[in-house]
Amino acid sequence: MSKIDRPASEAELADFVRAAVAKKTKLNIAGGGSKQSLGSEVIGRPVSTTKLCGIELYEPASLTLVAEAGTPLKTLEDELAKNDQHLPFEPADYRQLLGSSGEPTIGGIVACAISGPRRIQVGACRDFLIGVRFVNGEGEIIKSGGRVMKNVTGYDLVKLLAGSYGTLGIITQVSFKLLPAPETTACVLLGGLDDERAVSAMSAALGSPFDLSGAAHVPGNADSEPVTMLRLEGFSSSVSYRAEKLRELLLPYGSGDIEVEREKTDKCWKRIRDVGAFADRPGAVWRISLKPGDSPDVVKTIKRSREIDVIYDWGGGLVWLLTSTVDNCGEELIRASVNHVGGHATLIRRPDGAEVKCIFHPQPQLVAKISTELRNQFDPHAILNPGRMGN
Amino acid sequence: MSQIKMPLPDVSILERREQLISGLKSIIDSENVITDPLETIVYECDALTAYRCPPLAVTLPQTTEEVAAILKYCHRNNLPVIPRGAGTSLAGGALPTADSIVIGVARLNNLLEVDLPNRFIRVQAGITNLAVSEAVSGDNFFYAPDPSSQLACAIAGNIAMNSGGAHCLKYGVTTNNLMGVRMVTMEGEILDVGGAHLDPADYDLLGVICGSEGQFGIVTEATLRILGKPEGARPILMGFNSNEVAGACVADIIKAGLLPVALEFMDKPAVIACENFAKAGYPTDVEALLIVEVEGSDSEIDDQLEKIREIARHHNPAVLRESESALQSDLIWKGRKAAFGAMGQISDYMCMDGTIPTSQLPNVLGRMQEMAKQYGLRVANVFHAGDGNLHPLILFDANKPGDQQKCEDFGSAILKLCVEVGGCLTGEHGVGIEKRELMNIQFNEQDLEMQMRIKDVFDSKWLLNAAKVFPTEISQSRRRRNSRSVA
Repeated sequence: MSKIDRPASEAELADFVRAAVAKKTKLNIAGGGSKQSLGSEVIGRPVSTTKLCGIELYEPASLTLVAEAGTPLKTLEDELAKNDQHLPFEPADYRQLLGSSGEPTIGGIVACAISGPRRIQVGACRDFLIGVRFVNGEGEIIKSGGRVMKNVTGYDLVKLLAGSYGTLGIITQVSFKLLPAPETTACVLLGGLDDERAVSAMSAALGSPFDLSGAAHVPGNADSEPVTMLRLEGFSSSVSYRAEKLRELLLPYGSGDIEVEREKTDKCWKRIRDVGAFADRPGAVWRISLKPGDSPDVVKTIKRSREIDVIYDWGGGLVWLLTSTVDNCGEELIRASVNHVGGHATLIRRPDGAEVKCIFHPQPQLVAKISTELRNQFDPHAILNPGRMGN
Repeated sequence: MSQIKMPLPDVSILERREQLISGLKSIIDSENVITDPLETIVYECDALTAYRCPPLAVTLPQTTEEVAAILKYCHRNNLPVIPRGAGTSLAGGALPTADSIVIGVARLNNLLEVDLPNRFIRVQAGITNLAVSEAVSGDNFFYAPDPSSQLACAIAGNIAMNSGGAHCLKYGVTTNNLMGVRMVTMEGEILDVGGAHLDPADYDLLGVICGSEGQFGIVTEATLRILGKPEGARPILMGFNSNEVAGACVADIIKAGLLPVALEFMDKPAVIACENFAKAGYPTDVEALLIVEVEGSDSEIDDQLEKIREIARHHNPAVLRESESALQSDLIWKGRKAAFGAMGQISDYMCMDGTIPTSQLPNVLGRMQEMAKQYGLRVANVFHAGDGNLHPLILFDANKPGDQQKCEDFGSAILKLCVEVGGCLTGEHGVGIEKRELMNIQFNEQDLEMQMRIKDVFDSKWLLNAAKVFPTEISQSRRRRNSRSVA
């Protein structure tokens, strides 16, 4: 493997990209490298942002954080915890799932737009990202948004950069809106529900006034009973009140238990967030995003033709699916089942040797055309992570 | 005279007026085409009323397909298009030019689908913001973004400007609650982005469409996230003897980990105007008034308000008054939401919309008062303190020569100050024509070029609302590419 270039400043990175343009060198962009296996493999000269590291600004009373892209996520989380604040979208750690190493950076989280279970309550990574600076494919330094949480000045390139996997620009700096970290957590647990009933219970809970911050369902198997988990967070008096009310509301789905022990609930939700259940099991892992009510049917349809295991997050709106690598990891069947109702499926873990046609969900012609043209505007020489998103 | 200039109309279009109008009438129901100058005058401006210009014609399509047909026609004939929601833009986002066709979405106002279990609503984009919440209110759901103009403003305009509201500290603005759109491109193609699922499959096109000020296409349908209503909500009023102390109190509330759904700030001139107008029960002898609202069950509300009162007491509030009934709560909000109307009763005004880091509140409020003295104009402040989104209302006399110019200069100076302290030109109203020429202050040439290259993708001819958002000088070469006569 060739040496990894690590520019030490944004200006140096911009110079580096301009030099790459001049030499027509394609670039394989990373932060800490923990998510390098997401998307298609990139053949290019490795460049990393890990030397763009540090917190530029942290104002707890303004709920604002500005950090360089290569800053380890853990550094940020530790710093925020000192003030009982956090990145509300609950960024996941996929290292175990992907079998990767390296330190996840905040730039990498943004580039892959990784949001955890709390997405259903507060929003996704892109919703808390209030500003970015990046180097585009011509080596120009561009900024969008800023450090204030309400900003409609100019187009929202911030959203475009989040989840662009380095194909529109190399992110150098990110700004976030923060929130207070919850004082307490409780979890209402329902046992024994089939997928359909579980999604229905989660819908009832999410439509209630009780402000859930997580709704996940793990179907049973030979060794374990199905469990449906509903999370409440906030001040302790409010959490215990809402947990009891929620349990009452869900009585038609069975008499639920309330778990209040922080260590236990944190562990359960971390396992959902990081897809821990599939980490030590072999096979391909798909991530499917769809209308919550559609998910049990889609799972049922796929199950008729192949063996799969699933985990439901986001009240059913997100399905993690584990399956073998035969028939292109089930690509055709899975995509057809999702297309039937609307939504998308992305292959997150591709075991060595497994083949698929498209890792990302193929888009309708007009959307694909616009995406390609956008990419050409940001990276006219196609040197930034070429092929990563299939383009 | 006004400072903001629109490009001169394309004479070759004006010369072909009759021919173009009959062309339009041949492709959609002629009932939906307005050309009589007595009627097009209704569309000559939006809520930035200082700037007016009737368009060549107005179309009010009733289907997405009609929108597509009109846009195709305009694209073929190189006709500038001005999209229009309800015309409540404070930034001149819907201001026409004489050679333009207005496409209004007012007749696209149907509710298409309500799906409570999956927590979304699908509407035609001409529906009003309030009508969306009302459609699901009976089932104890609501749509979170609540701009002050929510009674009148259209979802289409909310999407174009990425509108906010008083409750967005907790619930976010339009972009955080928008799940999908059906949009017609300038070439007349129908584009579906997003839907009932929560994240994009590829690039976040929805994210960049929202807030693009009608420059990428015309949104005809929207899928919006709806939320279960909280059990209750209650505001508390807190009066302080200085802006600085009120600002410090806001900071302490946030630092304490409390997240009120709303944290509104009014300075003395605003409090007095609102109280005279709405009789909301505001104390008029304080320098700064905070409205803090929390949600939950009665006991949850009691708990949170106790914590907030405790923090406030450290700052010696002159007034600390909790709402005691639903009626009182309504009145408190009625006063706040009537702020702009109340100001309108006492004077002409321009409403600014910059955002600053909340830590800069006392500094910026102080400097604003100094500037008011310099310019010899009065300024009242009503704003979302939790997120630093300021709304300075500059009072002036439109009949007094030079006063509007002075007001605009003062407004520009305030917005420059916002950028200087780390903030931005507009928090929720949009750039429109109003802040167009100030964009150079916040962005450099490369930043703006990158943005304009995105417009190139959606509207290569620069026909859609093209004389907005960007300084006219830098967008000129793109806008002129297709113009037959150079103005």
